[in-house]
Amino acid sequence: MAEMSFRGALRLTLQEELQADENVILMGEDIGAYGGSYSVTKGLFDEFGPERVMDTPISESVVVGAGIGAAMGGLRPIVELMTINFSLLALDQIVNNAAKLSYMSAGQIHVPMVIRMASGAGSQLSSQHSQSLEGWYAHIPGIKVVVPYTPRDARGLLKTAFNEQNPVIFIEHTALYARKGEVPDEDYAIPFGQAEVMREGADVTLIGYSGSVYQTLGAADILEEAGREADVINLRTLRPLDVDTIVASVRKTHRAVVIEDDWKFGGFAGEIAAIIMEEAFDDLDGPVARVCGADVPMPYAKALEQSALPNPQQIADAALALF
Amino acid sequence: MISEVVMPQMGADMEEGTIIKWLKNEGDKVDRGEIIAEIETDKANVEIEAFDGGVFRRTLAGEGDTVDVGTIIAIIADAGDDLSAYENGATKQAATPAQKAPSEPAKKPAPKAAGKEPAKAIAQPAPASSDGRVRASPVARRLAQEHSVDLTAISGTGPDGRIVKRDVEAAMAGSTPAQTSPAAGATTTIEMSKMRQTIARRMSQSKREAPHYYITVDIDMTEAERLRRQLNDAVEDYPRVSVNDMIVRAAAISLARHLMFNSLFVDEQVQQHSDINVCIAIALDEGLIAPAILDTANKTLGEIADASRDLAGRAKSGALKPAEYTGGTFTVSNVGMFGVEGLIAIIQPPQTAILGVGGVRTTPVVRDGRIETADLMKTALSADHRVTDGAQGAQFLNEIRRLLESPASLLV
Repeated sequence: MAEMSFRGALRLTLQEELQADENVILMGEDIGAYGGSYSVTKGLFDEFGPERVMDTPISESVVVGAGIGAAMGGLRPIVELMTINFSLLALDQIVNNAAKLSYMSAGQIHVPMVIRMASGAGSQLSSQHSQSLEGWYAHIPGIKVVVPYTPRDARGLLKTAFNEQNPVIFIEHTALYARKGEVPDEDYAIPFGQAEVMREGADVTLIGYSGSVYQTLGAADILEEAGREADVINLRTLRPLDVDTIVASVRKTHRAVVIEDDWKFGGFAGEIAAIIMEEAFDDLDGPVARVCGADVPMPYAKALEQSALPNPQQIADAALALF
Repeated sequence: MISEVVMPQMGADMEEGTIIKWLKNEGDKVDRGEIIAEIETDKANVEIEAFDGGVFRRTLAGEGDTVDVGTIIAIIADAGDDLSAYENGATKQAATPAQKAPSEPAKKPAPKAAGKEPAKAIAQPAPASSDGRVRASPVARRLAQEHSVDLTAISGTGPDGRIVKRDVEAAMAGSTPAQTSPAAGATTTIEMSKMRQTIARRMSQSKREAPHYYITVDIDMTEAERLRRQLNDAVEDYPRVSVNDMIVRAAAISLARHLMFNSLFVDEQVQQHSDINVCIAIALDEGLIAPAILDTANKTLGEIADASRDLAGRAKSGALKPAEYTGGTFTVSNVGMFGVEGLIAIIQPPQTAILGVGGVRTTPVVRDGRIETADLMKTALSADHRVTDGAQGAQFLNEIRRLLESPASLLV
């Protein structure tokens, strides 16, 4: 086991793939000479050169479109869109092309492409640059949506993404890049659709993903002090979703709280709540609770931004209200 | 003016009612006093009338819906009144008379109020949400069903009083652990009729809440039997009098002298009534019912005989009036006709005493050192110890005995 940052785990994995397969290319804004806005690709430009680590114009639609074409032509592009907020400019390419081509060609064409993007709030980037829209992508059939929490997740899930035959949206919460954790030394991959139970408890199920797992684990500590033991589930992928782990936990605890940075209204937390209702209705001892971001465009002011995001106390309170 | 139509309380033990039929459509004009709906209680079908005139604007409960007493079921208002407060269609609980009760103890027995407006000062078994459903979590419902636990008998400890898993588990732990698989042989699960459910609920409530004490005595019915034969054989145009009619008459007279036994126990208060309404238990195919002979103490033996025959007939046809099945203050339950020795009965809440009566049997007795025979009838008074004590019970029961053993007093 080596201790490694989330960013370092991503960089190591990208480097290994670039080394292992000459068809792997990286594309994105400032990912080359500059090393990437979040320094994930630092050093790769020097090692692999401008043809394989390509700086692109500031046009997300072009970046994704070029990536789709490259993937259809046999390359394995890894496209970086800097943040999920900018991915909106590439929605048509992602939703109408990347997600659909395999289906519309009856499987004759594949789009083996990974689209990386940072997500989340917490850095005072105000309303346009602080969104958590991964749930939007999880809505679309034809796209897999990966939401790692630990450095181990980041490496293991990115490995799996490389072996996918169709597009993967790879979400990197900005608050996680510098966070360190143990990463196995041996070669490993984490299959999609396998949530991790980060902590076990018999009283309530807390379900989070990506950055919100951190707040959720904090909530579990508060609950422990209050005499309640929580199962904390790190989903790791939104699509495919590990329904079995969620349902097994709810069958045990009879209570669930879903945590998400994104807005509650129409969000992915509601999808999880609905699935629990469908699959485990008779095991519920109360309504599924959701703790989500405040229903406002993200404020710039630090105190307001923090109060608009789920925090451990809020999550613990929502859980305790179920008893 | 907006007038809320609520599910009326037709008596002490009515907790919910079912709307059989609306007689008005939304938009119809309604006059004050007009019949607007038929409802079904667990005892009988009754009609509800409009307390105010106006336009029948909205129904908040449909035909076939069962709702709690006090739930708003319709709105009568002027055409222009804003009903947005009732917009979501959810029936909400009106301020029920039960909630006002503690500050306004009833001075009269319930029947005076029944029929016109929800009776006041009536204990309302707590739970159930405003839509008439018991609030229970899905897992609690499943467990309860699997283990035959009655959710209506449990109080919830979850958020907002919801019955949650631990409540059902506690109920299971508290009940006899006979939940194991039944012995070999076929088991038939019998759906309980509404009346059966009512009996189950009320008798359980009585045994749970009212500490019963019992006093028994054998009453020599030789003279009473003689008087009865004389009345029935010798007096023309006199209603046929039964042994039970004589017991009811004796009980009414004794009650008038021992009014503590003519009390209701409501909301931790003893309400002693001056009107005496003795109920007679009537067995029906689907259960039993104990309607009251109203104002029993002011009725002659013959009037009691008429009234009890009339009640028995109407009980069987389901045509009792609300006041009759809700107004009782004391009950006589007689199983003598089945040739059994005696009955120790369960008090009908909120009443506080009941007389169980067995058959008349010719029995050897010792009198003045000699063995003779006498026609003895075993009686058992069950009374609520919260309200009366054994010594009072003994005096009350002795009074009944004295009256029946000197039956001429029943005629005056």
